[in-house]
Amino acid sequence: MTVSTIKSRPIYPGLSPDLNARRNIIVCDKAGAAAVTELFSRADSAFAERTTIILADSLSATETQTLSRDLAPAAVEIQPTLADGIARLRQLLETAPMGLRLYAAGSEPLIGLVVQAGLDFSIDHLSIRTEHRGSLMRRVQCVHCKGYIENVTTNPVKCTHCGLTLLVRDHYSRRLAAFQGVCIDAEVPGEIPPTEALYQ
Amino acid sequence: MSGSLLRRVRVAEVERVANRIKRFRFVDVDNAPLSEFSGGSHISVVMHAGDRLLRNPYSLMGAPSDTSSYQISVLNVEDSRGGSKFMHEKVSVGTELEIGQPLNLFPPAKLAKKHVLIAGGIGITPFMSMMNELDGLHSDFELHYGVRSLEDGAYCKYLQSRYGSRVNIYRQDQGQLIPLERILGDQRLGTHVYVCGPKPMIEWSLQTAKLLGWPDENVHSEQFSAPPPGKQFLVKLARSGREVIVRGHQSILEALEENGVDAPFLCRGGACGQCETQVVACDGFIEHNDHFLTEPERVSGKKIMICMSRIQTGSITLDL
Repeated sequence: MTVSTIKSRPIYPGLSPDLNARRNIIVCDKAGAAAVTELFSRADSAFAERTTIILADSLSATETQTLSRDLAPAAVEIQPTLADGIARLRQLLETAPMGLRLYAAGSEPLIGLVVQAGLDFSIDHLSIRTEHRGSLMRRVQCVHCKGYIENVTTNPVKCTHCGLTLLVRDHYSRRLAAFQGVCIDAEVPGEIPPTEALYQ
Repeated sequence: MSGSLLRRVRVAEVERVANRIKRFRFVDVDNAPLSEFSGGSHISVVMHAGDRLLRNPYSLMGAPSDTSSYQISVLNVEDSRGGSKFMHEKVSVGTELEIGQPLNLFPPAKLAKKHVLIAGGIGITPFMSMMNELDGLHSDFELHYGVRSLEDGAYCKYLQSRYGSRVNIYRQDQGQLIPLERILGDQRLGTHVYVCGPKPMIEWSLQTAKLLGWPDENVHSEQFSAPPPGKQFLVKLARSGREVIVRGHQSILEALEENGVDAPFLCRGGACGQCETQVVACDGFIEHNDHFLTEPERVSGKKIMICMSRIQTGSITLDL
């Protein structure tokens, strides 16, 4: 992750255990699961026993087996997609008390959607412990048509809703869980710089 | 330097509200409206107590939207530096005083689902305006208020009649303690806790919240402590070349003000960071009494909060 001059661009300090929390919820994807294993190695087994992991990714049978083993003794719930994982998180937060600590590890869209869900339950974004792992892909909102473009790996990118070519900015909205995409050829239509695969 | 903007007020009412606690109501000397403030705000009151110039912070207690007057409550502290004694003995209806603009270093978190307020003794004061504001917003809150006895605790009856079951009073003379673990152990997600009271009570509350897994972001506290006294020492001002003596019961900031030096400040309690000053040289040991500087900053000896901290003996040169 490169350092940005844009203040809203989130930074992810890395996972560290809150040993006082009475319950932990961790949302991660396949790549983020490695960060969770490392987190567990820095805490006692009671910490993992207090933890529910929502692993939101499409996994093969072998992967499911390996990851469930690696992440034990935490309770691991596998959700086939990120959207399913976030829906499950919201369900768990609905009845959660204070003393819960929320973690997110994996791609930026995953972390962003966890922080956004936390916001709806008045969890301060600074109290969510985050670690970026894996792909640099971004969730982008087209500032013109307001549509969301998921899993963006290039800059510029074509808006899948209104067709404008967008410059992907570091300007980020926590509320929307998205980077802002701004029309790149507004002054001279058609004058578009070459597409770079910046967010692989 | 927003903290130094002063306005003149007249005392319109003084009422003894509990043992050693008086309530004061201020109005503008020309009966002009005062500024609106937000729940949890405080003002500083300028006091010429004997040969000393003091500016003590006091929480505003009335309704934040009421611009006709401000109300504060003052506990007469036994071993005080003279501020509370001055308010209790020298100030009566008709006395004119200077006050600073309202400042808020203890606002309720606007996005919280619920607010738990923990008060000890005179620490009830910031919650008076805070509850007024939260009640108006129909926010969910509860107060847990520890008092020595009903004669020592201010506003017990008023609070119970106004806020009913949301107010819980614990009387030390009856052996009642605030059941903090039970209170903080059973709150919904998105709750914020606020603590104001004596230092040991604040530390106990912060520690209890931490051990129950509350994130720091949900835990708030405010304490106005007077700058601890010490020995007399010398302050040299690098920019103006002036030298000012800080007496044993003065803070550096108070000594500077007494000598007409306009130094930055806001909270006067070592909390806000506004008075952070660079140390150019120092031949004594700095006693850091603030809760703003980080441990590495203290160890470096390059910074000092002049509202609260002093040196044991000798002289200190400041970038002022």
